[in-house]
Parts: sequence; structure tokens; C-alpha cells
Amino acid sequence: MSYDWPTLLPLIFAGLMGLAILIYVILDGFDLGIGILFAAADDAEQDTMIAAIGPFWDANETWLVLAVGLLLVAFPLAHGTILTALYIPVFLLLLGLILRGVAFDFRAKVPAGKKHRWNRIFLIGSLIASLAQGYMLGVYVLGLDVGLGGMAFGALVALCLAAAYAAMGAAWLIYKTEGELQKKAVRWLRTALVLAALGMAAVSLATPFASPRIFDKWFLWPEMLYLSPLPILSAVLFAWLWRQTFHLPKPDDRHALTPFLTLAAIFALGFAGLAWSFYPFVVPDRLTIWQAASAPESLAIILAGTVVVLPIIIFYSFYAYRVFGGKATDLTYD
Amino acid sequence: MDPLILSRIQFGANISFHILFPAITIALGWVLLFFKLRYNATGDSAWMRAYFTWVKVFALSFAMGVVSGVTMSFQFGTNWPGYMETVGNIAGPLLAYEILTAFFLEAAFLGIMLFGFRRVSNRIHTLATVLVAGGTTFSAFWIIALNSWMQTPAGFEMRDGVAHAVDWWAIVFNPSMPYRLVHMLLASGLTVSFLIAGLSALRYLYGDRSESMWKALRTGVFTAAILIPIQIFAGDQHGLNTLEHQPQKIAAMEANWNTGPNVPLVLFALPDEAAKENRFELAIPDGASLILRHSSSGVVPGLNDYPGNHPPVFPVFWGFRVMVGTGILMLIVSWSAAFFLKRHHSLPKPLALLMVPMALSGWLATLAGWYTTEIGRQPWLVTGVLKTADAVGPVAGSHVALTLAVYLVLYVLLLIAYLGVLVHLALKAAKDGDASPLPGVMNAALSQPAAEE
Repeated sequence: MSYDWPTLLPLIFAGLMGLAILIYVILDGFDLGIGILFAAADDAEQDTMIAAIGPFWDANETWLVLAVGLLLVAFPLAHGTILTALYIPVFLLLLGLILRGVAFDFRAKVPAGKKHRWNRIFLIGSLIASLAQGYMLGVYVLGLDVGLGGMAFGALVALCLAAAYAAMGAAWLIYKTEGELQKKAVRWLRTALVLAALGMAAVSLATPFASPRIFDKWFLWPEMLYLSPLPILSAVLFAWLWRQTFHLPKPDDRHALTPFLTLAAIFALGFAGLAWSFYPFVVPDRLTIWQAASAPESLAIILAGTVVVLPIIIFYSFYAYRVFGGKATDLTYD
Repeated sequence: MDPLILSRIQFGANISFHILFPAITIALGWVLLFFKLRYNATGDSAWMRAYFTWVKVFALSFAMGVVSGVTMSFQFGTNWPGYMETVGNIAGPLLAYEILTAFFLEAAFLGIMLFGFRRVSNRIHTLATVLVAGGTTFSAFWIIALNSWMQTPAGFEMRDGVAHAVDWWAIVFNPSMPYRLVHMLLASGLTVSFLIAGLSALRYLYGDRSESMWKALRTGVFTAAILIPIQIFAGDQHGLNTLEHQPQKIAAMEANWNTGPNVPLVLFALPDEAAKENRFELAIPDGASLILRHSSSGVVPGLNDYPGNHPPVFPVFWGFRVMVGTGILMLIVSWSAAFFLKRHHSLPKPLALLMVPMALSGWLATLAGWYTTEIGRQPWLVTGVLKTADAVGPVAGSHVALTLAVYLVLYVLLLIAYLGVLVHLALKAAKDGDASPLPGVMNAALSQPAAEE
């Protein structure tokens, strides 16, 4: 591999896109998860849960726009191929995102009697969006196979991702709430972790056998040795976090953020595994990142802007999170 | 049904639904900044009350804009894969800069603007308002640049059927871009001022005479009255620009079939494309020549010069007339309201009643204008470069039809809910009549002796 711009630029953009997807999954993961957890919460708890995500969700979802945007602008061929193959699941994802996004705002502004309806729409929308994302991931992993096997595998990943998002949501609530709701969130986290772990194990086992190419990438000596820390570390973190749920919340609310950070680390590890499975393809087994990339001069001009702007975005995102730091109480416009 | 026409209807429905909300947020951000700056300068809590009422409308509109915007970013791929494959090198960077420089800015500071008033200093809160308003406008800049490039492409060359950028300055500031940007920003200003004026008129009709109602009403009415003549001038200039660069669109807008001098201005007609003539035509002699060429002998392009290569005439002709007609109504209503507010410090009831439905006049004019210019670009997706029919994806018509039906039902329900909330917020404010406490807001106006009463 030579190190000139036409070779490097698609690689850099694949990395940027991966980063955007990872940040999206972690950030929108917790607010989608809180939407799913609405199913188990009462009215007052739902208000607090919304207060824990209200100031952030717009910015969280923007990372999805960036990820799809990067796919669109850096790999236009892949954007078309992937999204036309996933036409119906994409539609369901959008439907879910639309419903939950507007429910967020409507529930706070409609007359009191109609709030229940929008709470339910928020739950349903969050659930549909999470399931659709998982399903798309599953079908994508199998090389956009939309046969019966692909659909079954997609459904499995969908449930797994929804459980993982619910765990993220619970972990965020442990950080942002106190009292009864916090204790409840710990129990939610424990249940969701078990479901997510079961799902992840099933997916990890199924993937190498569903795709011979991925099998070869993981079960060849000596690559197997270098790669072994990924699954082992994930499993250790999972087990450790599960044990922690029996000791949370701690006195003085110590380590309230730890579950969330641990889950974020697990997501990052899983993501690295996926990235390794696919490299160098952007459409599995069909298009490599170089085949699907835009012209180098167009990528260069986007990159120039990105390296300047992305650190600024990350900086002011941190600032916004700090302004609304601490326990969520009420959330009002005035 | 044909996937092409279904995809067009679906994308058209999505983008129509989407534009309603940016049309509000682009200008409402600046109006909110105006309220905030007036509060900072006068310390009058009524300004802050107006801010809090309208920031809720902003939040809701922003959310509607975000979710429908996310939909759009996916539909480029699901419905029009050929678009990015052909012009991705141009459209990509413009969209990327929109997301990076504008979208994130708005989304990150929106939280502080909406919920941060008592959490950050007043100065930071004002700054957040500036950044959100600037972000929405900057966002419009990039999107309009891309849309204008599709209308009047420049600064590129074709290699192996794919567009490659040559001159980015020429791409961004392509021939129609400045005109379209100004026209759209003014359209947003008018949409918001009529929305504010209309909902304030509703409060007025319900007997609300509170300070925050007056402040919002005056802001809406006077902004509209100032912007509408500027918009009429800007629209005329935009039309002349279109005449130069997209004459077939002008021919369709005027329903003029034959190129020549002394072309009349058609006020009413049912254009018949098969027969290449207008039915039931009502026209002012030499009108179109006078408007477009400033001389009765000015030559106006005709549709017959562009066989098979001009847009469908009926929707373009009528879209344009709906827009202009709404604009004239806006002029009459805003100037009358401004007159009564200035002279009599009150509104006659019939005028207030008319202003309530006029709250949505900006939406009507904006949609009609966009239909004119976008349908007017057909059969091209990118003028002279890519035809719409060549960009459509390989998706089954049944899939498109199914999803289209769901989208349409969803959009109608959401619009009903949205308008319901706007009315609910206005009536709630009218009932409250500035009586509820405002924690964290100083009130200099009340702390001074009320000399005038």
C-alpha cells in the first residue's frame, strides 16, 4: 500500500465515519434506551427521565446526520447501494426517529390530558428506531443479505441492540438521577445487561459462521492471538459491570458515571471488532472504501473543514454537557 | 405505479414538509435574539415573556425540522442514488459543510438557549441565542448554495460522466445563488412575522391586552410591513436572473408558448400542453414583455423553443400565481395592520380575524414558490447535467408507494398536532395575560414608578 492522498483520504474518511457512528451509538444510545425504559416507569419518573436527556438529544442525533452525511459525501456509491438494499428498515428507522423526536417536544407543550399519548409515542418511536438500527446492522454484517436467514439474524441483532441501548439508558439514569429512580435504574441495568450479553454472545457466535470471509479474518493464526483481547476484555467488562449492579448506588453517589463509561468502552470494543471484520469493505464483499470513494479533491476540501471544525464541535458539546451537569431535576424553558 | 413518479412525490412530500420548519426557525432565531436584546437593554420582563412563549415554538419547529431533515439525508440514498453518483463530488462537500458548520452549532447550543436561562449567565444565554440563529442561517446558506448549483451549475467539469469540482467559489456563488438566498431569507422573515402577528391577533381577539402580546404583535406586523416590499423587489430581481439562466422556466411561469415581442401577462389560464395553448386566458397586453424586458417590444422566451425539454406548464404557472397572489395579500394586510397600530393603537376586529389565517400565509407562499422553481427545473435534476429519470433508485414501486402512504398520514397528523400546539400556546398565553411569575427575570419596568397611568 502506498501512502499518497488518493489512498489515504478514503481511509481517513472511513475512520471519521466510524468515529461518528460510534459517538452516535453511544450518545443517542442512551437517549433511545431511556425511551425504551419508559415502558417500566411511572409518570413522575418519566418527567425526570426526559429532564435527564432533554438538553442533549438534538445534538446526539446530529451525529447520525454526520455519519450518514459522511457516507453520502465520501462514499456516494456505497450510500446508494446500502440504503436502497435496506429501504424498508431505513424507512422504519426514520419513522421511529420522527415519532420520538417530535414526541419529546409535544409531550411538554400539549394540554395535560394529552401528555400520556405522546409519552406512549415516545416509547414506541424509541423502540422502533432501536430495533431498526439493530436489524440494519445485522443485515449489513451478512453482506446485505435479505433472505430468510438474513432476516432472522437481523431480528436477533435488533433485540440485542435494543437491550444494549436500554442498558445505556439505565446507566445514564444512574448518573443523572437519585433516590428511588436511581435504584430502579440499577435493576433495569442488571436485566438489560443480561439480555444484551446473551444477544452479543449469540451474534458473536453466529457472525463467523454466517460469513466465511469474516470467519477467516478472526480464526487464523496468529491474527487470532492479536484479536483475542477484544472479546476477552468485553466479556470481563460485562461480568464486572454486572457484579457492580449489586453494589450500586454507592454512598455519596461515588462511581455513578462508571456504569455508563464501562458500557461505552464495551460499545467501542464491539465496534472495533466490527470494523476489523469489514475492513477494507464499505459494502461487505462488494465495494472497498477506495472503490466507493469520492474524488480525492472533493474529499480533501471536506477534510480541511473537518479537521478544523470537529475539535470545536467536540469542545462545545462537552461545554453543553457541563452546563447541564449534575442530577436532573426539572426542565423548564424559563 | 411508476417508481419514478412515486419517488418524486415522496421526496417532494418530505421536502415540502421539511421546509415548513426551517422557514420558521431561520428567522425566528433572529426574532428571539431581538426579544432578548430588548430585554437586556430595557429590563422589561414583557420582552422575556415574549421570548419564552416563542422559544417554545422555536423548539418544536426545530425538532420537526431535525427529524424531517434526517429523513431527507437518508432519502438521497434510498430514492436518488444516481444523484450522488453523478454530482456527489460537488453536493458532498456542500452538505458536509452544512452539517459541520451549522447543524452541530444549532443542536449543541439549542439546549442552552431553551433550558439554560437560569443555569448560565445572561450573557452566555444571549450568546447561545446568537449562535443558534447564526447556525440556522448558515445552514440555509449551504443548502441554498447546493440547490442553486442544481439550478444553475457552474465551476465544474464532467469526467467519465461524473462531475468534478474545478472552482469552489464559482460553485458556491453560482449565478442564481445570491438571488435565491436573499429571496428565501426574506421568505422566512415574512413567514415568521405573519405567524407571530397572526397568533398575537388570536390572543388579541381573546381579549388579551398584555404587554407581551402587544410587543409580539407589533414586532410581527412592523417586520412584515417592512419586509414585504423588499421581498417583492428581490423576487423581481430573482425572476430576471431566471430569465437569463433558465428561460424555459420563465416561459412556463408565464405560460408563453411562442418566443416573441409584445407578450401579454397572463392573469388566468388553463395551460394545455397537448394543444400547446392556453384555455380561458385572461391577459394584460404586453404585460410580460414590460415586466421581464421593461419594454413592450421586449422578447420573451416561449415554450415551443424547448420541445420535450421544458417543465410541466400547469403547476409552474399556477405555483407562481399562488405565490404572487399571497404576496400581494400580505402587502395589503401588513400595511393596514401597521397603519391601525400606528394611528389607533388597536386593531379593527375584521382585520384581526383576517390576520389569524394569514399566520400561515408565509407557508403557502414559500411552498408555492419552491414548487415553481423546483418543478420549473424539470426534466432536469441538475440543469443540463443529470435528468431526474436517470437518478432514481432500483426500488420496487410497491415499496415506494407503501412508505409514501405512511409518510403522508404521519405528516398530516404531525401538522395537525403542530398547529394544535401553536393555538394552545397562544391561548394559554392569552389566559395567563402576563400574570404568572417569571423566576430569574428582573423587571425594571415594574420597579419604576408607573408615571403614565
